[in-house]
Amino acid sequence: MKKTIAIAVSMAATPAMAGSVTVTIPRIKVAEYHVPYVAVWIEPKAGGPARTLAVWYDVAKRGNEPGTKWLADLRTWWRKGGRSLNLPADGVSGATRAPGAHRIAIPANVKPGSYTLFVEAAREDGGRELVSMPLDIPTRAAAKASGKTELGAITLSAR
Amino acid sequence: MIRKSLLFAVAASALTMPALAHNAWFLPSTTVLSDTQQSVTVDAGTSTAPFEANHNAMNIDNVKIWAPDGSMGTPENTARSRYRSTFDVRIDKPGTWRIGMENTGISGSFKVDGEPWTVGRRRGPPPVAATSAQSAPAAAVLASGTPPMGAPGAGGPGARPRIDPSHVVASIDDIPANATEIDLTETLSRNEFFVTAGAPSDALFQPRGKGLEFVPVTLPTDLVSNEAAQFRFLVDGQPAAGLEVEVIPGGRRYRESDGTQKLVTDSDGVLTVNWPMPGMYWLNASITDAKPSNPKASKRRMGYTATLEVLAP
Repeated sequence: MKKTIAIAVSMAATPAMAGSVTVTIPRIKVAEYHVPYVAVWIEPKAGGPARTLAVWYDVAKRGNEPGTKWLADLRTWWRKGGRSLNLPADGVSGATRAPGAHRIAIPANVKPGSYTLFVEAAREDGGRELVSMPLDIPTRAAAKASGKTELGAITLSAR
Repeated sequence: MIRKSLLFAVAASALTMPALAHNAWFLPSTTVLSDTQQSVTVDAGTSTAPFEANHNAMNIDNVKIWAPDGSMGTPENTARSRYRSTFDVRIDKPGTWRIGMENTGISGSFKVDGEPWTVGRRRGPPPVAATSAQSAPAAAVLASGTPPMGAPGAGGPGARPRIDPSHVVASIDDIPANATEIDLTETLSRNEFFVTAGAPSDALFQPRGKGLEFVPVTLPTDLVSNEAAQFRFLVDGQPAAGLEVEVIPGGRRYRESDGTQKLVTDSDGVLTVNWPMPGMYWLNASITDAKPSNPKASKRRMGYTATLEVLAP
């Protein structure tokens, strides 16, 4: 078990990656703000299983209503593959992020090809948004998409 | 079709089933859960428009909970209020659950010395009896637009004629030897909804090869409003081609139209449903044939009802 974690970590940390995605969580001025749950995943254009690159949720919350309870609110990610992921997942899951830009490396072992990148955000006492954009691996040129409410700019970069 | 199925329900069920004269529905609080530490809380009622608690509570004494591993669960915190019953189901195992009710029975009519009698005892007051001998005028009444079963115990002016309570026998074994014009119908029906915790499973969808069955092609907790769903219907394990199925969205009173889709299965018994919007849907199919399992019955009436939750993409 320890060994697999070590392997996973070393793979995630390897510099030979297939590009990166930067997800911006917008600052939203409301009386009661909770940072959103966010999932980032890719699906092969030709069809095939989704691969989760990142999921940010309340990892630390335990008890009667643990942080995992609300993962299904990321409803598209949940249906496309989130529900069959064992969480926490090394190199994939992590704590929720504060508003700002967050860079996610695309693992080097993602096979070259055409994909669709999805970013989904769901916020307690707030909204939910799904943004998608085409993604080629290896990533050659920078590309950009943007959410309207729960997500800000999403950028692709070759490194 | 609604009226027709209502009529079936009235004629077939009033005697044998708990108050199912109106459309019976389950309304779960949710159908998709991310872990096995939660409960689903369920409303159960009967009314004209699905999910609108404005007529009668459903009798939930016989609610069954089929857990994904084949074991049976137990409803918790059951209560019966005026217009709906409620219960909780602890979803403590991963996979897809089926929760609902199965009803089977034999009902019908016969004559003794020219007097009409009926078979089957309606559980709970008040006795409202209908016989298939009398269902022809009842059909006319329903078809002419009179609200079917407008009130519990519809026995007032204009309602179907009541049968003498002394002319009701509890089961087909009590039919006297000198009975004539015996007309018995076997009824089998199922009304259910689905809940998935974690990844879905299809262990509970293996056909039994008996009666009218629902076999999902699209898993019933995977429904999204921008994707068509497909479900296969079988009768005795064979594709139910040409089966009429109604699909009605909830929220009737916020719309002009009831939004009923009347759909038909294809030659493989597969129904394709497009969802006009996200929400809870009530799906209902019924079919009658002449293949009852009980030799004393001449007809078999099979019904299937499901509550389906459709999410936004």
